[in-house]
Amino acid sequence: MDAPQAPAADPAGAPGRDAPRPSRRAVIGWAGAGVALGAAGAGTVAAAARGGDAPAPAASAGTVPFHGEHQAGIATPVQDRLHFAAFDVTTDDRAALVAMLQRWTRAAAAMTAGREVGGGAVDGLAEAPPDDTGEALGLPASRLTLTVGFGPTLFEKDGKDRFGIRARRPEALVDLPHFPGDSLDPARSGGDLCVQACADDPQVAVHAIRNLARIGMGTVSVRWSQLGFGKTSSTTPEAQTPRNLMGFKDGTHNVAGTDAKALADHVWAAPGDGPAWMDGGSYLVARRIRMHIETWDRSSLKEQEDVFGRTKGEGAPYGRRREHDAPDLSAMPADSHVRLAHPDSNGGLMILRRGYSFTDGTDGLGRLDAGLFFLAYQRDTRRAFVPLQRRLAAHDALNEYIQHVGSAHFACPPGVRKPGEWWGQALLG
Amino acid sequence: MPARRLTAVSVLALAAMCTAVAGCAEKKASSSSDDAVAVDAGDSACKVSRTSFPAGPVDLAVHNTGSKVTEVYVYGPGDRIVAERENIGPGTRAVVTAQLAAGTYEIACKPGMKGDGIRQKVTVTGAAGAAAQADPRLASAVAAYRAYVQQQADLSVPAVRAFADAVKAGDVAKAKALYAPSRVGWERTEPVAESFGDIDPKTDLREDGLEPGQQWTGWHRLEKALWKDGKAGAEEKALADRLVADVQDWRARVGKADITATSMANGAKELLDEVATGKVTGEEDRYSHTDLYDVNGNVEGAQKAYELLKPVAAAKDPQLAATLDREFATLRSLLAGYRQGDGYRSYDKVTQQERKQFSDAVNALAEPLSRLASAVAR
Repeated sequence: MDAPQAPAADPAGAPGRDAPRPSRRAVIGWAGAGVALGAAGAGTVAAAARGGDAPAPAASAGTVPFHGEHQAGIATPVQDRLHFAAFDVTTDDRAALVAMLQRWTRAAAAMTAGREVGGGAVDGLAEAPPDDTGEALGLPASRLTLTVGFGPTLFEKDGKDRFGIRARRPEALVDLPHFPGDSLDPARSGGDLCVQACADDPQVAVHAIRNLARIGMGTVSVRWSQLGFGKTSSTTPEAQTPRNLMGFKDGTHNVAGTDAKALADHVWAAPGDGPAWMDGGSYLVARRIRMHIETWDRSSLKEQEDVFGRTKGEGAPYGRRREHDAPDLSAMPADSHVRLAHPDSNGGLMILRRGYSFTDGTDGLGRLDAGLFFLAYQRDTRRAFVPLQRRLAAHDALNEYIQHVGSAHFACPPGVRKPGEWWGQALLG
Repeated sequence: MPARRLTAVSVLALAAMCTAVAGCAEKKASSSSDDAVAVDAGDSACKVSRTSFPAGPVDLAVHNTGSKVTEVYVYGPGDRIVAERENIGPGTRAVVTAQLAAGTYEIACKPGMKGDGIRQKVTVTGAAGAAAQADPRLASAVAAYRAYVQQQADLSVPAVRAFADAVKAGDVAKAKALYAPSRVGWERTEPVAESFGDIDPKTDLREDGLEPGQQWTGWHRLEKALWKDGKAGAEEKALADRLVADVQDWRARVGKADITATSMANGAKELLDEVATGKVTGEEDRYSHTDLYDVNGNVEGAQKAYELLKPVAAAKDPQLAATLDREFATLRSLLAGYRQGDGYRSYDKVTQQERKQFSDAVNALAEPLSRLASAVAR
């Protein structure tokens, strides 16, 4: 299709490998509506077995289309699992970066369709390592989405314009300011590129990042990565709002993935906002927020509810009965999280939250190394996350129980519209 | 150093043995003199009565018609020693038996028992065989690599002996200085040494690789004594002698290693794997922190194998060859930055960030290197 210059040494790059291969999906799992179904307690999974050799329907249930005006994985109903990776580009060679992005795009299109990377996991030459690492064989696509973003350091690093794109850096892609209380670990922050892999099966998400990292070796190296489970926000208002590790429903009032107007107003960069290559894209802020789980657990129920400004059981705002009742902000403590974060306290600004809980085992002191991996998409970070976080960092009662330990900012370009196009083409093409 | 891992080299060796065994089983167990190939081994000639015979066991009836003690070798592709007989005195006779799969071989007489010998090409026909070595460029690459491997083993013996002598003299400082240099030849060609299975566990095992009841011998045992305990006692002195003996054993046997173009390519990748798993982390030389000497040896050995295969690799996959050239150069120059005097910076002085840089450079090379075998084999 594109890029005949892709070296044959590259798993996804050999000729003839772009041809659709049989789907690895032998069984269709849960439909895309699974989030709602599962939440409603209609837990029966209608698994329709198909013949292993039957061709996969183009956009069957369980598959999120890769191509489109916007990248999938933003307005897409939030999947259950996350593997997020930030990469450093290790070369100054723009052509090598472009070739890798082309290979990534082909591999991403294959994996999100439930197909194997390149020449597959088991059908290649016996003398060569398989192109695909194989752990997703037999698994459905699991609504896998892969979303790419470009960090500030891709445009300029240590004063160097490595790829000749310094002038194309969007003004909205700011270096995030220091917020009070930040305790950022450089090894868990930043990155020239990122890929967000979301899927309903963790193995599918991990497989995707692993294969992209492998394809990228020699061009990029993984700077840090984060696994997430238990989505903490929902972009499907009809579904039950998930709980975070503090036990509270979070992200009740989120941008709905089906609300075109809200998406246009708050999420997608529009023509005239910044450089044209970002039209239809979105800005992503990722924050690793560690929770002081043990101290939280020994705080009283009233303290916990005061911190959020909602009830723990129903999730109703103070002074209201149901979760989705319009909140009366004046009924909440002035420093409560919901009151401070609510659009009405922030001139109507909204961000699309898509975060996940994480637990990376325990730290050396026996404390759960856990928290929220916060992911937020917005049209312009300067007018969304930055003012919001300034406010929260200064006043939020929740700060006693959390600490921001990792931070990154990425410009996620618009979608790859059709086969042959590639991630970042409008920026680097 | 992985002790019990079945390397690609040894897997190939097993496969080759199976072929030979199968060929053997097909043929009646005849070694009657009627079937024997007569070899007239003179001082200046090596006459063979037949130059083509069927696959299976072949008896070479050698008659030394010259005035010097001679030896007779059967070489497979790439100068692999298939069979040999040394010390055949003037006027005496000897029978050399070889299991031969289909392919081309050379029978060599070595009057005076030195040099490459006087060679006769022979063809073995019949059962499935060595078609993979049909490309003469690959055969010569294998032959050159075999010579390299032998040379590295030859050079290692005096280096190990010098190290052992220092240990035996109780000269800890000198022994420490000679430790890393004594490992260079081994590190350059480790996958071939490992293919024998029994040598590596005696010479290069780390303490955590020991099985219950297994005695710990070799370089790392002495490394721990020298650096951690700061002494060389009676036990260490005995182990130093044993290391010399084991390295001599390696040297004596390395010529018989089953080396193919594929095993060379995979061996190069395995050398980088060694770096990626055990050395980037500082586990290999955990007491001496001389890991970078070993890394340099691994990379040099991998590059040697690659350079020999490059004429074929570059013809079949020029892009791969260009990538490998670039990544070898990158890693070599990265390593050069850590040179200190005659050696390398102590690995405990290499920061986590620098280790990450190494790791990235190793991955950048090893990933395309993992495609070299299929590039030369197909």
